[in-house]
Amino acid sequence: MPDIPSAIRPERGIAIGAFSRLGQSAVLPVGVALRLLDPPMRWIQRMIGARQMAYVFLLPNFVFFGLFVFLPIGINIVFSVTGGTALFPSQRPYVGGDQFAYLFDCGSYLDPASCREDHFWRGVANTAKFIVFQVTAMVLISLVTALVLNMKIRGRGFFRAVYFFPVLLSPVVVALIWKWILQRDGLLNAAITTLGGQKILFFVDPSWAMFWAVFVSVWAHMGFYTLILLAGLQAIPADLYEAAEMDATPRWRVLIRITLPLLWPNMIVVIVLALIKGAQTFDEVFVLTGGGPGTATLMVVQYIYETAFSSQVQNFGLAAAASVVLGVVLFVLTLLQFAAARRKEV
Amino acid sequence: MATMRLSSLLGQRRNGQGRPLHWTDVAAYVYLAFGVVLMFGPVLWLVLSSFKTQSALLEFPPSLLPFAQVEVTVPDQPQKLPLFRVTLPDGTTRELAQIRRVGLMAQMVDPADPSQQFRVAIDKRGPVRRIALATENYSEPLQRFAFLRFLSNSVFVTVVATLITLLINSMASYGLAIYQFPGKQAATLAVIGTLMIPMTIILVPVYLVVTELGLTNSLWAVILPGAATPTGVFLLRQYMLTLPKDLIEAARMDKASEWQIYWRIVMPLTLPALAVLAIFSIMWRWNEFLWPLAVLTKTEVYTLQIALNAFQGELQTQWHYLLAMTVVTLIPVALVFVFLQRFITTGIGSTGMK
Amino acid sequence: MAELKLAGARKSFGTIDVLHDIDLVVKDGEFVVFVGPSGCGKSTLLRVIAGLENVTSGEVHIDGERVTHLPASERGLAMVFQSYALYPHMSVRKNMAFALENMGLKPAAIEERVERAAAMLRLTDYLDRKPKALSGGQRQRVAIGRAIVRDPKIFLFDEPLSNLDAELRVATRKELAALHAKLGGTMIYVTHDQVEAMTLADRIVVLKSGRIEQIGTPLELYNHPSNTFVAGFIGSPRMNFLPAVVISDDGMLRLTVGEREVALPRAASGLAAGAAVTIGIRPEHIDVAPDTGMLTATVDLVERLGGETFIYASAPGLPQITLRQDGQSQFYRGDAVAIRFAAGHLHIFDATGASLARP
Repeated sequence: MPDIPSAIRPERGIAIGAFSRLGQSAVLPVGVALRLLDPPMRWIQRMIGARQMAYVFLLPNFVFFGLFVFLPIGINIVFSVTGGTALFPSQRPYVGGDQFAYLFDCGSYLDPASCREDHFWRGVANTAKFIVFQVTAMVLISLVTALVLNMKIRGRGFFRAVYFFPVLLSPVVVALIWKWILQRDGLLNAAITTLGGQKILFFVDPSWAMFWAVFVSVWAHMGFYTLILLAGLQAIPADLYEAAEMDATPRWRVLIRITLPLLWPNMIVVIVLALIKGAQTFDEVFVLTGGGPGTATLMVVQYIYETAFSSQVQNFGLAAAASVVLGVVLFVLTLLQFAAARRKEV
Repeated sequence: MATMRLSSLLGQRRNGQGRPLHWTDVAAYVYLAFGVVLMFGPVLWLVLSSFKTQSALLEFPPSLLPFAQVEVTVPDQPQKLPLFRVTLPDGTTRELAQIRRVGLMAQMVDPADPSQQFRVAIDKRGPVRRIALATENYSEPLQRFAFLRFLSNSVFVTVVATLITLLINSMASYGLAIYQFPGKQAATLAVIGTLMIPMTIILVPVYLVVTELGLTNSLWAVILPGAATPTGVFLLRQYMLTLPKDLIEAARMDKASEWQIYWRIVMPLTLPALAVLAIFSIMWRWNEFLWPLAVLTKTEVYTLQIALNAFQGELQTQWHYLLAMTVVTLIPVALVFVFLQRFITTGIGSTGMK
Repeated sequence: MAELKLAGARKSFGTIDVLHDIDLVVKDGEFVVFVGPSGCGKSTLLRVIAGLENVTSGEVHIDGERVTHLPASERGLAMVFQSYALYPHMSVRKNMAFALENMGLKPAAIEERVERAAAMLRLTDYLDRKPKALSGGQRQRVAIGRAIVRDPKIFLFDEPLSNLDAELRVATRKELAALHAKLGGTMIYVTHDQVEAMTLADRIVVLKSGRIEQIGTPLELYNHPSNTFVAGFIGSPRMNFLPAVVISDDGMLRLTVGEREVALPRAASGLAAGAAVTIGIRPEHIDVAPDTGMLTATVDLVERLGGETFIYASAPGLPQITLRQDGQSQFYRGDAVAIRFAAGHLHIFDATGASLARP
């Protein structure tokens, strides 16, 4: 990030200034701590040589990675092929692919009710439905918003901030805000009755519940995707537009023939990112609807969480098997993302 | 005239010269205005609602601003009485206090002259209301629930986790950015791999690790597992790669130890990227939900988010507390937003991470 | 103050050899300049001396002590980087004090040394500024100051003037020369600019493709270049190289140069008739001699600098020839000039480019 000339943007200068002062006062005790570490680090350097110090620097982070990422991946796989209710792997009997077989034991994959583990398949179906609607809406709305924000309009910074604001809110806060608006005697029903309609029980009707789950999720995250697309739009050289203007190209043609094709790589990134995030949807929907009514908005992650932690019998094996399945899906999506990102660089 | 002025105002280009408004410009402003309402409206509504009394929250349709019925003290009456505006049978309107209500009739008294009493049909009276902030929504949860405890839990988790993240992430990225060593490629790949493993996938085994470390129901169980962020390593590494190599070598010529180069040369110069990571880490930690939900089961270690979620189950009928606590939860985020909005948006725009 | 010795120093990156068997001794207090075109390995050689790169084989000695595998921080050398490498977040004072702090000096001693160096480099008024708030020349002086306060065994300079504008470069060059005279330290200086090399050096090391082409004082290199590379590299404008064929070499060397036959008085060295050689003559050693001209050439271009004039002329069968004339010459484009080589300054190189003894 380059230095931001504060003379050009005073308001940013002030914010950064305030921040850096805040940061400096926070850095001071940290600085003291880092200084105290100097003698032992010097000693280590003398022992192992300067070039080996790289490993010392990598060590703490990789200890954390090892404990909380690499080791758990292994355990997860062990969990998914063992049964019982014990948490410690060695106390769990080996069951081979039974957990997966149980998970995939279905009369018909098109009908979750025909499955042994119907909640898992409800979760899969709901998550799929959620992703289809959410990603479509998210991409379209973010695109339109980014295009509008990219126009030469006054107060662009303000509007960008407006759309971005909900991104910072916690999922719980987001869900509660909307729960309050959507409740039986809430603002929305007040508006509906004022217009002569009937109150709607949004969280009792399965379709409405899903609609609002999608809506709230888009509301909360569209600012993030808008920013990515906006960055892409601003990277399109201005002289292309000037050339188009010299050629008297109509605006819609500029949009279709210049803007959208050049934005396509960013669009792919946005779509894949939204897919990855969508597959992991949990918190907002969980707080907003609790997965209900019934299982109408139960997502896969909620299934995993509840199977492992909040059902009567904590079935770690089944939860692990389900998360391995989810992991495979996410892995494929992530590969897609890297492919998209690479294409973007070309 | 007015429209012309408006259009010339709106149509004014950044480069100064006015240009006639295209219909798309108008559409853009309409869209944006709608966006302001849709994005800020719900939050504003939350804040306004959080200042309403419990009874005002039950009103339907709800009033926009937090009103409360005026209550007056009337001589000879033991309690404060609610004030109503009454249309009397003779057609005059007066403000009267209600002593009691019997069926469809209310017994009213003139607060200025307590000897005058009236019997009024209840549909002939309407409450007298003024804007009043029900600050007790905020003060009472502080006493009734361990709200301060949750708040301090959240602050502790956020601050400590962010400091740890900044330290170990910057050390690792320094190692990866500055040195050539066998296994560097593998280490970088491992970081990429970690990027692909979200917490949701390894919830159960991380729970096991945390249990084996004896951390369950301690705040460290929330702090430690997410402390090493691959995103942070990447962000800082990218930034450190742009530092001139000469600086490092100059420091070596100046007899600096490798650790000194790290904290006296590289860290200060990486401050902008560290600031971005700090802001993100604060956001992540303050808002974190699924993992704390899984690992924290005792009320005294709840973070704000978990407490809020628990309350929304328990306090369904006590929205006035719930709303106020929600507002408190979003205040830090709102402050961050107000002061650092530009910083964050450019940060996301340039790194594409959230 | 120290002596540096390199013995058979080799450096390769992967399969690419950057330095081949470098043997070099730099005496105590000597100002040695490494010069050569970009990619010749001169910067790598400096970094090997500094300890920032390890030699692949060979040895580095400082003051008779073997330091081949000692890291940079323990060699006790100071380096001025091309980019200056000033710590941007530290004030000038801190920049200069940093190394001293690392050496564990007392604050009072650090302060004293910094003040002294600052006074010497006219930086006293800028001590509390950050590098960002300094001009290019001032930054340059801070970089030098950072080296001086260390009182290092050897000063290393890596193209320190290349980021300055022409005027400042000349001024700083003179200051550096004065500094060396005053401090008397051993200095090793890398540049691609032969003027810097000529003006600053006690001895110049000319490098090409990782090999030392010639080592000598500036005037030795000017007067007795050992090959066409050194001859072409030292001196500005460049030496003229003209292909020639030996007709006979028996006390008098007779050559065909272009379409003309030239006879040069010279000691016999027994060149075979028909051998291809290159004759080299610097522009300042060519006269215009209407009567005794050896060649006749046509003027292509005249550059008038006031105090001197450069004439570019071509003769049939020869590359363009550059002449330097004092004062303001009256030739114009298209004029025919009869030119004469000052025989005492003529260099003759064999087919491999190696210098043959002069006539």
